[in-house]
Amino acid sequence: MKKAILYINQFFAGIGGEEKADHAPEIREGVVGPGLALKSHLGKDVQITHTIICGDNYMGSHTDEAITEILSLLSNEEFDIFFAGPAFRAGRYGAACGHICKAVQDNFNVTAITSMNDENPGVEMFRKELYIFKGAASAAGMRKDTKSMARFALKVLGNEHLLSAMEEGYYSRGIRRQVVTNPPVLAADRVVDMFINKLYNKPFETELEIPEIDRVPIAPPINKLGDATIALITSGGIVPVDNPDRIQSASATRWGRYSVEGIDKLLAGEYKTIHAGFDPTAANNDPNIIMPIDVMKSYESEGVIGKLHEYFYATVGTGTTQAEASRMGQEMLEKLKEANVDGVILTST
Amino acid sequence: MANIIPVSKTVGVNKMVATLSIPYPLGDPSTSIEEQWKVRYHRVGVALNALMTNIEDQTLFSTKF
Repeated sequence: MKKAILYINQFFAGIGGEEKADHAPEIREGVVGPGLALKSHLGKDVQITHTIICGDNYMGSHTDEAITEILSLLSNEEFDIFFAGPAFRAGRYGAACGHICKAVQDNFNVTAITSMNDENPGVEMFRKELYIFKGAASAAGMRKDTKSMARFALKVLGNEHLLSAMEEGYYSRGIRRQVVTNPPVLAADRVVDMFINKLYNKPFETELEIPEIDRVPIAPPINKLGDATIALITSGGIVPVDNPDRIQSASATRWGRYSVEGIDKLLAGEYKTIHAGFDPTAANNDPNIIMPIDVMKSYESEGVIGKLHEYFYATVGTGTTQAEASRMGQEMLEKLKEANVDGVILTST
Repeated sequence: MANIIPVSKTVGVNKMVATLSIPYPLGDPSTSIEEQWKVRYHRVGVALNALMTNIEDQTLFSTKF
């Protein structure tokens, strides 16, 4: 027998609507509200032992406290899987489901499953980190949405082979994985088939959905370059020759930063590129052609810039997903902010 | 600083400076060391100027060589 716990809001628990949205977290034994539908799809081998209830506004305006309280309520319980929702198109409820699923996943190392309508802002907030199933706009879809959540939970609990996001029915998390097609058709044949279908305006299914573009606001200009600290970042894989951070040569998930204090250029034999997407000969002979430390040091000594930031940052940009790239960018940004860097030049290959 | 500017445009880069090629963005190894330095110094300089420039839309900053 496997154990499950479900998170729902005050409305679906039957406590009340907006006037009760400040309801503090509580735990109840057994099944409440949507748990009945979920239970019917889970069958005999999975039992919903408890239901966590929290008001949407409580979670929305005291998120950290709400999560801490709920984690402490859960800490006495044993469970193999966690559910939240379904949240349909309810925005605050969707965000709440996302927050609590993520916290549970991070703290208890169990899979968390929720469901939302594609218009629910919780989808974009949490899709990269959670299994969020594509759900209906309103509670009229309760049976169907709880069924998708239950079906997938049974597969996870049974250690069954999990298919792609599209096949399973959840929002893509931006993760790519190699698979062998059945029947085996070469990539070159598949792409030509797709192209021919496209030319004839016939339907075709892409194997690489390009995520919607996340536009970055234009940064205000630097007023006095002569006082500014400038940093260099590259996706061209320039690292010390022993690649101390073991950054992958393709589909990178890691990055490194390397001190250039006291040196006036990168020397061949000390630095190289580990990028697997182009012929490395030129860059290995002179790493400055990708990571232009030499000219930046020159601009520094001429006083054109105030200072070259003491580290350069590097990762590999081939096969790297936008999800990983944006995470690595955020991590680098923290370091750059700590060092009061004013501007960054990124070199790509 | 990128070689395939249309990709940079598509992914939403705001300030762009073109480089020479994919494997050698800032120094063509078939040219002299002096020539490579000159190109690299110039193009990185264009990028530095770009950091000081106020723009309204995505902009490709032009290079002389």
